[in-house]
Amino acid sequence: MPRNLWPRSIVVLVVFLGSVWYLYPPKTTINLGLDLQGGIHLVLGVEADKHVASQTDRAAEDLKAQLERKGIAIKRIAREGNATIAVELASPQTWNDFLTVLGEFQRFERRDEDPVAGRVKLVMSEKEVARLHDDAVRQALETIRNRVDQFGVAEPTITRQGADRILIQLPGVQDPARAKALIGRTALLEFKLLDERTPVEEALKGNLPETSDVLYQRRVDKETKTERKIPFVVQKRSLLTGAELTRAEVQADPNSPGNWQVAIEFTATGTRIFGEVTEQNVGKHLAIVLDGNVYSAPRINERIPGGRAVITGQFTVDEARDLAIVLRAGALPAPVTILEERTVGPSLGADSIRQGLIAITASAAVVFVFMLFYYRLSGLIADVALGLNLLILFAAMAAFGATLTLPGLAGIALTVGMAVDTNILIFERIREELRLGKTPRAAIEAGFRRALRTIIDTHLTVMGTALILLSFGTSSVKGFGVSLFIGLLGSLFTAYFFTRLLFDLVYMGRRKVETISI
Amino acid sequence: MIELFKNPSYDFIGKRKWAYYVSIVFTLISLGSLVARGGLRYDLDFTGGTLMQVRFDGTPSVAQIRSSLATIQLGESVIQQYGDAHEFVIRLPLVAIASDEVARRVQGALGSDAALGRFEIRRVEFVGPQVGRDLQLQAVYLVLAGLVWIAVYIGFRFDLRGGVAAVIAVCHDVIVCLGALSLTNREFSLPVLAALLTIIGYSVNDTIVAYDRLRENRGKFVPKGRTFAQQMNDAVNQTLSRTILTSLTTFFSAAVLLFFGGKTLEDFAFVLFVGVITGTYSTTYVAAAIVVDWAQYVEGHLRRGRKAIAKA
Repeated sequence: MPRNLWPRSIVVLVVFLGSVWYLYPPKTTINLGLDLQGGIHLVLGVEADKHVASQTDRAAEDLKAQLERKGIAIKRIAREGNATIAVELASPQTWNDFLTVLGEFQRFERRDEDPVAGRVKLVMSEKEVARLHDDAVRQALETIRNRVDQFGVAEPTITRQGADRILIQLPGVQDPARAKALIGRTALLEFKLLDERTPVEEALKGNLPETSDVLYQRRVDKETKTERKIPFVVQKRSLLTGAELTRAEVQADPNSPGNWQVAIEFTATGTRIFGEVTEQNVGKHLAIVLDGNVYSAPRINERIPGGRAVITGQFTVDEARDLAIVLRAGALPAPVTILEERTVGPSLGADSIRQGLIAITASAAVVFVFMLFYYRLSGLIADVALGLNLLILFAAMAAFGATLTLPGLAGIALTVGMAVDTNILIFERIREELRLGKTPRAAIEAGFRRALRTIIDTHLTVMGTALILLSFGTSSVKGFGVSLFIGLLGSLFTAYFFTRLLFDLVYMGRRKVETISI
Repeated sequence: MIELFKNPSYDFIGKRKWAYYVSIVFTLISLGSLVARGGLRYDLDFTGGTLMQVRFDGTPSVAQIRSSLATIQLGESVIQQYGDAHEFVIRLPLVAIASDEVARRVQGALGSDAALGRFEIRRVEFVGPQVGRDLQLQAVYLVLAGLVWIAVYIGFRFDLRGGVAAVIAVCHDVIVCLGALSLTNREFSLPVLAALLTIIGYSVNDTIVAYDRLRENRGKFVPKGRTFAQQMNDAVNQTLSRTILTSLTTFFSAAVLLFFGGKTLEDFAFVLFVGVITGTYSTTYVAAAIVVDWAQYVEGHLRRGRKAIAKA
């Protein structure tokens, strides 16, 4: 064999076998996008400001308690904005004592200080605010990952996107509404005393002390699907939260057959606090509040020492199971909102795959026949090269773990049309050289050599735009960019390496070549 | 050997004046349509809102679906048949209610109307206002990045003149594609954006092939007395069969997508379909023509300048 045919044949063979190896079996090696296999794509925004606000609230409460302990009377203490506490002392004489207490609140800076009036604004430092923001998003990410793991989704993607967004992709989820409820719920469990001195009717008119709130119990009638809201007047201060929880289990509700409840168990600290709270408030009602809704408000009959409680609410078994999951995984540090959601049912995904494959097959068929008809044997060579190109394309997607989406399938169909361009450029060049009177072998040689530069140029320009598409965050556009880019890379390889090899095998043999079938 | 053209020597460049008129007319029609319709119709991805794709067992009418949705009052909904007679897409504008609540209400309303029969919700998409705005911005950046890439690449590989001309040609293609979208009342969606970017890359391809040929020819001997315009015309003719053949295969692929790719890919394929045609046209009649006229203008200036110096 003339020229370096053997090494090149081996390279092509290795690429071919490698592709088959990576691709086999295609059902498991090709990563299907959510639009093809069905599932949920969610972008959540973490309201990190609320985390800052709640941290500020906690600091304000802490400060108030410490001042009270030191006997420093306060006229007013309140949060302003998200990160500012305004303090006004009852008497300016206590200013210096106040400053010593403040020594423990390094996170806050003093602004608009007025010692004579005893007024100051405590502003959380920007660094601290940024840290809390970041914490909120990281904690939310961790908690959501935990919940999804417990819910049981195969191969979920949960990643942070930008400063305060979380991207969640759950392939193959059958009940999207349930999965969303599980992920998006804040799940802040609080135990609060009812304010039994304020009548509900008065509170609803707005006559209630600053330390109380009206919260509702929601009861959905399972027959009529109508919702009833029962108001409760609840003290704002939460005595115990879900943070002090070690276990949450689903149980049948003994008092309401057919319904389920969640039994919870507190940590050692939680158990101690719960014991104290129940001891001090025998005869009062303790409301179990989840995300601002009252689930139940049983009367405390006696001190409860064991650190156990149940949450009832006429749950179905799934509702109870999901509640147990979110309680175990912990509360989100701040509420999240759904910024973007795409849910595709499995049947639609199957349809999309079918249509995408039809488009690729039809596109390939038209191009194959056209090339064969127009270029004869050379066309056949181009067709074989195109086949190898498609194989490499799918194999590369499998090897890199790239995700195949519907726009990705479209990109492949389009690549088929564009990839033959390389062959057309070469063939037209060979024809020209033949017309100039060159011998077949010289024409092939010159055709390939002269076309190369143009081929590289044309590929680089489209690959450049494909790269721009790749950098675009949204999955549908990205998927298209991926297949376009890999497809062109493959076309560069096959057209120049493989087509050339076939030409050499056919025409560069020992026998004399009179004509080229082109 | 089947040949589309045997040694073609059409006078493409000589007729460029007419082509300018054609290009300008098409650009004006496109811009006119865009202005008359108050800009592009943006898809959900850009405007925000909720989209639900529903497949019914029966074949209800749009009016039937609309009347059953009237009870939930979620603003001006757009209901379209999608693919066959069983499938519909319901689009709802952004409302103050949470996204799952919207989906639940629609499902409830459709379920309580016995006349509609059984149905399956196959797709729900919700895009919040923030995401939509972000995407609009990103789309603009993306197209600009594509144009800059083309200008830089050609400017670097060939010359500034070629780069600028190629970018003008690509802008022409983008405007015509957008105009075609607007005229056919299609929506600008993310896949359409992807198609536009592809056309930007594709359109410049032909231009490069012609430029490459021009440069190669000029590197060799140039027959005496052949003007720049004639040389450009030679290059276009020499690469003509390749241009037409490649355009044909790409055109086939786009056509196949348009006719067999399903409803989801329809707008995407449409842009490719239009883009392949205008991209092929603009290579010669926008990019090459501008390069020729630019060169002639510069030459004319130089000559006039020399004359002025001679007179003085």
